[in-house]
Amino acid sequence: MNPQTAILLSLGIPLSGALLIALFGRQPNLREGVTLTTAALLFGTVITLVPGVMDGARPTVTLIEMLPGLPLRFEVEPLGMMFALVASGLWIVNSIYSIGYMRANKEAHQTRFYVCFAIALASTLGIAFAGNMLTLFVFYEALTLSTYPLVTHKGDAAAKQGGRTYLGILLFTSIGLQLLAILWTWQVAGTLDFIPGGILAGKVSGPVVGVLLLLYMYGIGKAALMPFHRWLPAAMVAPTPVSALLHAVAVVKAGVFTVMKVVVYIFGIDLLAESGQNLWLMYLAAASLLIASLVALTKDNLKARLAYSTVSQLAYVVLGAALATSWGVIGGSMHIAMHAMGKITLFFCAGAIYTAAHKTEVSELSGLGRVMPFTFGAFLIGALSIIGLPPFGGLWGKWYLALGALEAGQIAMVAVLMISSLLNIAYLMPIPIKGFFGKSPDHTEGGNPGPVAIKEAPLPCLIAIGITAFGCLVLFFFPDPLYRLLRPLGF
Amino acid sequence: MIAAHLPALQIVVPLVSAPLCLLLRRGGLAWALALIASWAALACAVLLLQQVIATGPISYHLGGWAPPWGIEYRIDAVNGFVLVIVAAIGAAVMPYARESVAREVPEEQHATFYTALLLCLTGLLGVTITGDAFNLFVFLEISSLSSYVLIALGRDRRALTAAFQYLVMGTIGATFIVIGVGLLYMVTGTLNMLDLAERLPPMAESRTVVAAFAFLTVGAGLKLALFPLHFWLPNAYAYAPSVVTAFLAATATKVSVYILLRFFFTVFGTTYSFELVTLENLLIPLGVIAILVCSTVAIFQTNVKRMLAYSSIAQVGYMVLGIGFASTAGLTATIVHLFNHAMTKGGLFLALGCVVLRLGSAQLESLEGLGRRMPLTMFAFVLGGLSLIGVPLTVGFISKWVLVQAALERGNWFVAAVILLGSLLAIVYIWRVVEVAYFRPAPEGDAAAPIAEAPLSMLIPTWVLIGATIYFGIDTSLTLGVAERAAQHLLGGGA
Amino acid sequence: MDAPGLYNYWIVIVLMMTGFYVVVSRGNLVKKIVGLNIFQTSVFILYISMGKVSGGTAPILAEGFETYSNPLPHVLILTAIVVGVATTALGCALVVRIKEAYGTVEEDEIQLQDEAS
Repeated sequence: MNPQTAILLSLGIPLSGALLIALFGRQPNLREGVTLTTAALLFGTVITLVPGVMDGARPTVTLIEMLPGLPLRFEVEPLGMMFALVASGLWIVNSIYSIGYMRANKEAHQTRFYVCFAIALASTLGIAFAGNMLTLFVFYEALTLSTYPLVTHKGDAAAKQGGRTYLGILLFTSIGLQLLAILWTWQVAGTLDFIPGGILAGKVSGPVVGVLLLLYMYGIGKAALMPFHRWLPAAMVAPTPVSALLHAVAVVKAGVFTVMKVVVYIFGIDLLAESGQNLWLMYLAAASLLIASLVALTKDNLKARLAYSTVSQLAYVVLGAALATSWGVIGGSMHIAMHAMGKITLFFCAGAIYTAAHKTEVSELSGLGRVMPFTFGAFLIGALSIIGLPPFGGLWGKWYLALGALEAGQIAMVAVLMISSLLNIAYLMPIPIKGFFGKSPDHTEGGNPGPVAIKEAPLPCLIAIGITAFGCLVLFFFPDPLYRLLRPLGF
Repeated sequence: MIAAHLPALQIVVPLVSAPLCLLLRRGGLAWALALIASWAALACAVLLLQQVIATGPISYHLGGWAPPWGIEYRIDAVNGFVLVIVAAIGAAVMPYARESVAREVPEEQHATFYTALLLCLTGLLGVTITGDAFNLFVFLEISSLSSYVLIALGRDRRALTAAFQYLVMGTIGATFIVIGVGLLYMVTGTLNMLDLAERLPPMAESRTVVAAFAFLTVGAGLKLALFPLHFWLPNAYAYAPSVVTAFLAATATKVSVYILLRFFFTVFGTTYSFELVTLENLLIPLGVIAILVCSTVAIFQTNVKRMLAYSSIAQVGYMVLGIGFASTAGLTATIVHLFNHAMTKGGLFLALGCVVLRLGSAQLESLEGLGRRMPLTMFAFVLGGLSLIGVPLTVGFISKWVLVQAALERGNWFVAAVILLGSLLAIVYIWRVVEVAYFRPAPEGDAAAPIAEAPLSMLIPTWVLIGATIYFGIDTSLTLGVAERAAQHLLGGGA
Repeated sequence: MDAPGLYNYWIVIVLMMTGFYVVVSRGNLVKKIVGLNIFQTSVFILYISMGKVSGGTAPILAEGFETYSNPLPHVLILTAIVVGVATTALGCALVVRIKEAYGTVEEDEIQLQDEAS
């Protein structure tokens, strides 16, 4: 199929999927089948675009002109291609996991769940393929709104409160800050298209660059740059597949993807580096990185710990953008993919532990690894990838980021990367270690009606976990396609 | 033959149908006639706008008398657009009215209701179409008097006091307008708007003209609920029958904004209004205050109708800001927001009317669990709410975008921030409703009378308007195109 | 200037302010309507005053008269009077209904009743 059709189908397939899921709501197996088929079709469609983009093609599709001079436009470039692959690929895995999780936990409103999931994925693909900032903003907001029902899925008071924080921070930043930045850019540059080298060169200089950058960075609330990060831990009220979606597949990735796009295609790394305005962003990112890791250490709730870990890891990408060098940008972009694979594994494991053993706190996990070896083994793999140790993919992200820091002459940032890896070890490793080697907790504590045999998580969950853990391994040995895809970003 | 007399037909059709409704006595027949009349009015308006876009302004001499002595109906891009808005809302509301009125207004008053509604429609259309200043006052009073009647037909006895308060304030406003018109007549000897525009510039230094300007501004300001002249609006909207609230919210304030546009830009001219009188120093601060104060007050309301009423006053603030900017972008924003807000608020109030039909109340607490029991209605409400907030893919976003654009063009950063802040405040009060409707379980009520979805005759008009908020939020070529053309015409040059 | 000659306009101002004051300050609904009427009357006088042409007679065609006052303001005022009558009638009708519903036509008592409910 030609690229234009592929782009349009990338949005059409998940949307029609959502419709079909809603229609088949009464027949769970058929409904789940629709989800899986849709996800597979989407991934297949997205893959067809890869060879062209690798060769340097930039297929575009222009839809309706929403505002004078500003059409809804799609254009596939390397960063967007990677994001689309990550999102659509992980959707398949997440769907497999969701089926296992939702059924095992007998969650209510499953149709609504799968429908919103599909719409959220459509929005994500819209963000990935956006050809100008307006289109990106449209789908960015659509993503916020379509994930709201997912975050507040449980419908109880805690969900409502979490939903308020989620929506409040995301909409406040997007309407209050990002929209202002977009309008300002439109005013100054006369265009909102994504052009390599940026559209602001020669139009703004000095502190104006800084203010505009600030508006964008904090306006992109999904990147969870501190102090606008609170929505991420607040969103933990959602069921685990949603957390996986938020953290690995779509939402935060959309955030840092947008950050990268803005830095590379709106500002241009040369403009940023020359103006020197990237320095304070670098420090902010470094601070966010370290503080979030430190907070993660204090969290006993497993999902909360992973949430703060994500905040920290997102700051890696922002740091890569802030370095405003070729390697930095490539490193940050690679990290989007690597972190996605690692984090989704960790969240899947957290969900599996909850489903099988009903444990949510880190302190309760002692000895559980011997009962759930597969899950904890996968957790170990995911943790090692996040930490950045071979033979897992996370290493490459950190490697290129360090190169970028060196290229920018920011030795301090290299140190920051080192320290944070140590902190990652500190808050992640105890979990598998205690799991495998810790004392077994007494299962008959606290009024349990006798020893409850804990077994492994449901099979679909295990399959999903296996795939993503394997993915971490694969990404280590075969980073080259990813590197070749992303290279044009920096050079 | 008919085409030549379309402007007259636009007024005559609803005007003549009104007393016929009264004669028909039976509510059902009156409704049917009102339906036909309102749809005919819409057809007229659309044809007129098409003609204006194709061939430029239309001038119709009523009774064959040539202006400036005779009354002229003059239709250009601005009022052509407003005609379509008013007629469209009238046409959308009429099918809806059947069930809603049956529930909310006593049987014996149905015919009166439709009579008054048609008269109100006539009046509003007349204000929009006329090119004569005194004729504008007459039609304005026709629409106002009939709206007092309509509001007083609400069930709650507070509708009576609300109607009375509106009567007092509205009459003062209209009287101010007539004083202004009188003063203008005194210095120029003409009542025709275009003629006035020609004769006023030499008189620009005269104190009489300034006084006329002031009276007209305050008078129109009372009618459009410009802060701080807005006190009549919350009560009037809250206690009137749902159909009336929807109709008035979507039309009356828009027409009053049109009056301001017409007087500021066509009659007095941009130079006078903005350079001599420096109107923007009044309009921009008032607009800002309206947005901030009324959005905040809306958050604390327990009655959803009042909440949306305060929201309307804030939205009028946006329109007034656009006028204050006095640039093509600013006026485009105001004019397109006339349309966008009419669709949004009309849809929201119609959705609320569906709720009132089933529940009998618009109190926030009674909406518990409604998301499950009346899914289509509440989803319409959510979409309308998203448009109020200004989420992309809705008309609200388009209005906000153009308005902030206009503010940035002038370098007015503070105002741009206020406009966006208004969106954020809107999130708070819309989400209050969303949370109550979707997060609270439905109360254990009478299992004997389960709440069902609203009837189709009410759902379809609601969804037509809400659908318009989505459609015109994506395909803006028509609305923005006409609005920009109208703005250029107002600022001089272009048609 | 020609202050005594502008006697009409002074009356207009006095009436306008009186009417306005009555509307604002009186709590009795009927009195408000009266105030509104006075307010509107001032406008009538404004229009008619401006229509007078020096040395002109009433605007009715008659033998032997050359100069007539301007008839247009008279016509406009007829319209405005009708509007005023309609407003008054409507206002009074509302007052009757309010009296039926609340038992009083005093604004403060009505407010008390509304707050109590």
